[in-house]
Amino acid sequence: MKAMLTGFAAIVVIAIGAHFVLEALDFSSENSNSAASVRID
Amino acid sequence: MLRTILAVVATVLFCSAPIAAQQVVPPGNPPVEGEIGHDATGGAQTLEDILARQRGEEIDDSFRREAIGNPDNAASMTGQLGTLGGVSDAELWRALRYGEANVTVSAGGDVATVLVQDGGMRWYEFRQGPLRTYGGWLLIGTLIALAVFFLVRGRIKIDGGKIGRTVTRFEFIERASHWLLAGSFILLGITGLFSLFGRPLIAPYLGKEFNSTLLIYSKLIHNNVAWAFIVALVMVFVMWVAHNIPNRTDLKWFAQAGGIIGNKHPPAKKFNAGQKIIFWSVILLGASISVSGLALLFPFEIQLFGKTFAFINWTGVLGWFDIAPLPEYLAPQEEMQLAQLWHAIVAFVLMAIILAHIYIGSVGMEGAFDAMGNGEVDEAWAHQHHSIWLEELKEKGEAPPDPDTDPKVTPAE
Repeated sequence: MKAMLTGFAAIVVIAIGAHFVLEALDFSSENSNSAASVRID
Repeated sequence: MLRTILAVVATVLFCSAPIAAQQVVPPGNPPVEGEIGHDATGGAQTLEDILARQRGEEIDDSFRREAIGNPDNAASMTGQLGTLGGVSDAELWRALRYGEANVTVSAGGDVATVLVQDGGMRWYEFRQGPLRTYGGWLLIGTLIALAVFFLVRGRIKIDGGKIGRTVTRFEFIERASHWLLAGSFILLGITGLFSLFGRPLIAPYLGKEFNSTLLIYSKLIHNNVAWAFIVALVMVFVMWVAHNIPNRTDLKWFAQAGGIIGNKHPPAKKFNAGQKIIFWSVILLGASISVSGLALLFPFEIQLFGKTFAFINWTGVLGWFDIAPLPEYLAPQEEMQLAQLWHAIVAFVLMAIILAHIYIGSVGMEGAFDAMGNGEVDEAWAHQHHSIWLEELKEKGEAPPDPDTDPKVTPAE
């Protein structure tokens, strides 16, 4: 069961990591589909 | 809905009125096909074209698609209509409508050069109709088939019961990778189904507000858990591919229907032919889902279908079946539409296969879950389902020797 929980924990870690890494690399659709002249907020 | 109906009625009236005016056929007397050609309409559609299109029939629209003017035929700039450059307004609009116009944009790339794109309607209708219907019934049908199989066949038991000695079937890293793949696939499957069925099946009962919140989080989970699935897919492939190369033992397994029907238990190595089918389904379909998923995650960055269609055309396979070549140039929007549909279709097929895998790995077979639970399987189970693998382990000394045949082993008092 430890292996199962480890696998599930890895899903959470990878998913949260991917979210922040892609955001940091400017891959959010807000950033990739707009220029500096566009005010989103 | 009402707005859609009104729009359709208005479009039909708008389109048919001028054409009806050009024809001298009395009302209630539809023209016989071929009676009025495109010459008579000045190159425009005939009523028969429009009616055929409304009936959903395939029409040859090359008379419009290709009537986009020719700049080489332009009158001189000083001549009458010379400034139009050999292309009338109607021809220019046709060129825009069929994606043939040479559009230049200062921002937005290829995507922005497409001003009219009707593929979205085909995508929308396919996604609302056949995709939901056949995909949904595939999953429900699979569940019903498994339930019927369980009622008829019952649980596949270990002949003579467990003997209490175990062998290690999967190491920790193998099991963790399996659960990384399994957990992420289930999350992706559920959130994907929410995205497809939320509007018709959740919103009417639990409210649009609830459905909206659910889909916002589903999208967030789907987009990010996708990476866990891809990582696990690579890990599982690397660890198990060597054990999943087809060999002659698989033929015996197929000949005995894998022991699923009847009481025979065909010999097998670490993975039997059925498991190899699951493995290659997961790898190939999973890879395809991953690639189309990446195309969706990074919109308009990855073009898959134009190149694939070009390759299929190049092979000439379609010609054998009298099928016209596939379009090799697709608008960026059309690439996305096809990526979404392909992603969902392949995912439905893989979900159905995985339902069967979950069944056989849990309620369907006694002792099977232990392999992925704690990694230790009962020797009787291993002997019944993977006899060659067990023998190999014993030869290598990785499984306890059989006390009945090995004189060095004395039974415990």
